[in-house]
Amino acid sequence: MRFPFITEYRDDLRLLRYRSDWWSYGALLAVLLVLPAVLGRFYLGEVAFIFVLAIAAVGLMTLTGFTGLVSLGHGAFLGVGAYAHALLMANGVPFVVALPAAGVATAAIGVAVGFPTLRLSGLYLAIATLAFSVIVEHVLGHWRSLTGGFLGLTVQRPDLFGWSLAGRTEFYYLCLAVLAGVVLAARNLLRSETGRAFIALRDSETAAAAFGVNVAWYKTLAFAVSAGVTGIAGGLYAHKLGHITPEAFGLFTSLELVLMVVVGGLGSLRGAVLGAIFVGALPQVIAFFRDVLPKGFLPTTGLELTLYGGILVLFLLFEPDGLNGRWLKIKALFQTFPLYRRRTFQRTKTYMRSERYR
Amino acid sequence: MDPWTTLAQLIVNGLAAGCVYGLVALGFALVYKATEVVNFAQGDLLMVAAFAGWTLIEVAGLPYAVAFPVTVLLLAVLGFGLDRVVVRPILGRPQFATIMLTIGIAFAMRGVVSMTWGPQARTFETPFSRKNTPFFDVVLSDVSLSIIAATAVLSALLFAFFRWSWLGIAMQSASQNQMAAYLMGIPVKAVTSLTWALSASVAACAGLLLAPIALVDIALWLVILKAFAAAVLGGFGSIPGAIVGGLLIGLVEQFVGVYLLQEAKGIAGYVVLLAVLLVWPRGLFGGGERKRV
Repeated sequence: MRFPFITEYRDDLRLLRYRSDWWSYGALLAVLLVLPAVLGRFYLGEVAFIFVLAIAAVGLMTLTGFTGLVSLGHGAFLGVGAYAHALLMANGVPFVVALPAAGVATAAIGVAVGFPTLRLSGLYLAIATLAFSVIVEHVLGHWRSLTGGFLGLTVQRPDLFGWSLAGRTEFYYLCLAVLAGVVLAARNLLRSETGRAFIALRDSETAAAAFGVNVAWYKTLAFAVSAGVTGIAGGLYAHKLGHITPEAFGLFTSLELVLMVVVGGLGSLRGAVLGAIFVGALPQVIAFFRDVLPKGFLPTTGLELTLYGGILVLFLLFEPDGLNGRWLKIKALFQTFPLYRRRTFQRTKTYMRSERYR
Repeated sequence: MDPWTTLAQLIVNGLAAGCVYGLVALGFALVYKATEVVNFAQGDLLMVAAFAGWTLIEVAGLPYAVAFPVTVLLLAVLGFGLDRVVVRPILGRPQFATIMLTIGIAFAMRGVVSMTWGPQARTFETPFSRKNTPFFDVVLSDVSLSIIAATAVLSALLFAFFRWSWLGIAMQSASQNQMAAYLMGIPVKAVTSLTWALSASVAACAGLLLAPIALVDIALWLVILKAFAAAVLGGFGSIPGAIVGGLLIGLVEQFVGVYLLQEAKGIAGYVVLLAVLLVWPRGLFGGGERKRV
């Protein structure tokens, strides 16, 4: 284990904790920048798709992982963002304006959901957001004059000052740039006063209120930020799909997003990205095995769902910190090689937090 | 049709649908009271029951009267096993973890059903299918009547079970205060597993009753969303509240569909759910539960 030596206050505010992290993240960025030269067109599209999912996962992570508010309805925010973006583009708004505007519109919807649900927490919030998700899908499907109903809406091709971004490589770089921007912004937000307020709210609402955190304001803000980021992801998702229908933003999408943050590891941005890679790559892995294994060996339907569910259950039972927790443990194993102790990561026992008053 | 006949028809249809919502809501009220775990897989248990019933009736050729109890028993075993193997280790973790766990179970069950039976919808014969009973001017379908009658019988049985049987009283005491129940010599862990079994068998009854009106299909699990509305309206964790809430949601849906707006029928239940949560989170029969800080 390495420990950062903090000798002055500014050290605590650094963007990255260790100097060597600059090298590793720089190397990662370099690899991602040269990837289009190496990867085939199909896989490039898939990687861009994973980037879009990662943006949405970062959005959900700020809400669920850092503020402790459960949302089972983020697929609806993705949908609102996608439809807002597509409609703006269809009305001649240029891409650079439409994408942030879609984010702002979704953030407004996020406030509209977050503010009334301030009183709700835990289970009730989960159910309320679930209901919200179903209602949005229904409205998107039945408001034919605006959304085109279940037939859907065709999305204009993106361009930047007359330069088309529709090609695979260009779209890849676009998604990469947005993802990098979102992750950086989220990291900055979370080490600021706002982020510390979010985390305080997650750990104990009462304690946070006692320290002068304005609970209502920060909860609503968390909803707005989370929905806004997810809305931006929705705009890119619309371009990825090319033609959007309400089914793309239903319950299953919402649950997939929650799957990403839980499997990735709640409470870490790295976890959000790892979770998105897991959820985005699993169908490709299955497709690969379907080609390799003899025909009929793998069932045609349901395998993906079973794996999602099974892996989620296994993670919750055996690795509640998710992929990020596993990553930290493997890193610690190598750093402290012969001296690794399992106990390092063991927290003091948590007792059941009862919702009842006895 | 004259307006009164329509009204009577709507009430019966609404009550029939509402009974199913109520039974599902009752299923997770039982588990919630016992362990504070909300079973998001309740709808999938119902779906599994419908598929199991189809297999027993259409493939194995058993008569309906035999297939019904066999399916209920199978689901009870499944519920017992779920608690033993998957859910018990996670008790004591934050509520979010338990919600995610049951969602994971739901995904896996849906996937396994879709791998085993395939995606196509199907139906099975029951003694009530395609039959009607005239009642004055109103023609009532036997399927709806069977659902209402079975729910009434089941509610009475459950009431008697919780009121007079040893196990029912043990379940109540374990859900009110686990420690005191332990001290009174109640095997709390076994009782909790049995509560899961009971909840799963209630879901099985609901599934078998619902199957004749809705097809036997993967999408059956969506019933759980309506059941959430029912449970919240009735007060979460309250057993009479679950049934009453279910009936109300069923009626609201039918009336909104006919008298207000056809498109709104599908979401009327969820709008009620959100409204109740925002204005009156305790619901109709919710007790004076307070969150401990």
